[in-house]
Amino acid sequence: MAETAHEGGRTEPPRRVAEGLRAYRLIAAMWIRSTMAYRTSFALTTFGNFAATALDFVAILLMFSRVDALGGWPLAEVAFLYGVSGVCFGLADLAIGSMERLGRRVRDGTLDTLLVRPAPVLAQVAADRFALRRLGRVAQGVLVLGYALTVVDVDWTAAKLLLMPVMLLSGAGIFCAVFVAAAAFQFVAQDASEVSNAFTYGGTTMLQYPPTVFALDLVSGVTFVMPLAFVNWLPASYVLDRPYPLGLPQWVAFAPPLVAVACCALAGLAWRAGLRTYRSTGS
Amino acid sequence: MGVGSGRLYAAVAAGGFRRYATYRAATAAGVFTNTVFGLILVYTYLALWDEKPQLGGYDQAQAVTFVWLGQALLAALAIGGGGFEDELMERIRTGDIAVDLYRPVDLQLWWLAADVGRALFQLLGRGVVPFAFGSLFFPVALPAEVSVWGAFLVAVVLAAVVSFALRYLVALSAFWLMDGMGVTQMAWLAGFFCSGMLLPLNVFPGALGEVVRMLPWSSLLQAPADVLLGEADPLGTFVFQAGWAVVLLAVGRLVQSAATRRVVVQGG
Repeated sequence: MAETAHEGGRTEPPRRVAEGLRAYRLIAAMWIRSTMAYRTSFALTTFGNFAATALDFVAILLMFSRVDALGGWPLAEVAFLYGVSGVCFGLADLAIGSMERLGRRVRDGTLDTLLVRPAPVLAQVAADRFALRRLGRVAQGVLVLGYALTVVDVDWTAAKLLLMPVMLLSGAGIFCAVFVAAAAFQFVAQDASEVSNAFTYGGTTMLQYPPTVFALDLVSGVTFVMPLAFVNWLPASYVLDRPYPLGLPQWVAFAPPLVAVACCALAGLAWRAGLRTYRSTGS
Repeated sequence: MGVGSGRLYAAVAAGGFRRYATYRAATAAGVFTNTVFGLILVYTYLALWDEKPQLGGYDQAQAVTFVWLGQALLAALAIGGGGFEDELMERIRTGDIAVDLYRPVDLQLWWLAADVGRALFQLLGRGVVPFAFGSLFFPVALPAEVSVWGAFLVAVVLAAVVSFALRYLVALSAFWLMDGMGVTQMAWLAGFFCSGMLLPLNVFPGALGEVVRMLPWSSLLQAPADVLLGEADPLGTFVFQAGWAVVLLAVGRLVQSAATRRVVVQGG
């Protein structure tokens, strides 16, 4: 069944990507129209999304009401880490966060419907139930990052200014790869889909705190095994003139785009492997 | 309540236990996720107590114990929601609640029994392993006396009842609102913030700390934790928790009778 769905765009990869983006845009637009039918509900859930995310930052503010630094980092710099992590994760969550729900479609067999449609499955799953209310999460990250940028003490150079948008886009790319890989895992995990929360939400929570807080093994893990450190820890160390975690060289601060591309490629392979194992439900 | 109805509610509780015990892979996944979050939190707490030893009256080992206790009780006490309330709301929304109201059982006790069964399973299935992991790999402060552990378990049971009573009110709001998404989300926020899950309540600054410690949510995580850590008088804690349990269950009954008198059932 999976093969028939692939045939539509097997001819040339660029056309296939364009096709996928078009399908994604159409499906997402449909869900936005459907959301906007209930404007009050949209406003409330967006605010709820904002407030739920803000809770993490409230915890940090409460901590800093009692101390002046955490792991040697002052509030302004922790807010910088938090803001970057929040914006990156928020963008990824807004774009393809619905992939979380894939486990349910695998369990009840409704993924079949997507396989017979003439559009790439990844695009359909990513845009499924596209939730504009997730803008609340992005907005919260932007606010904290804005606050951090006004209070943090940085000697801005051209390289640092350039690194800011690069950091945010690459970070969003890395988190997108995590979401896709987590969705691919759900093909085999089924009931155990909660495991992916440990990597998506757990990942962004960890990046909200300075690397100096965590044990070296944990920092090595999120640098070399699951390269979340490239979302904010490493580029932020350059912007804030902080020592690099694990004594890494300075050039790693500029590696995030490459890491993001590599992660997305690997996640794409994982997705294909996962989709191939899909066997629908019985009878 | 006679012996017969006692047996009925015991059967409902056993059903609640079995129902959650069925999903083994989901339970294992939950254990893994709780352990990972505990691991992340414990390092932030270690850094916080490094900066300020004796913060909030806890030493570092007590703070570490608090983290793992939070991960162990999160699912059992449904601090972030996720017990019976979604199902009850759905029954109210669809009108199935009419069938429930015709049954010769008490609606509140029925759901309480089912939720106690669920809580017991999640305490054993999802709570024990993360807590054991934390106690094994981090310095924790655990009491040696059996009596303290006993008092802790009593506090956990009372916490489960307070948690149920709160979520029962949340669920009943569906009689008026139909869509309970907003209320559920607010309840989740309040639960996380005011129970100590976000940060131990004794670390909260000044008046804010005093207010949150008086609210019902502090019965959930803060109360059992303080009993286990020897920071609170067990009897006083039980009275506080039982007081909130009685008040909230009574309010639940009032709201329930108001709802069933005025509400026109959906569907049909």
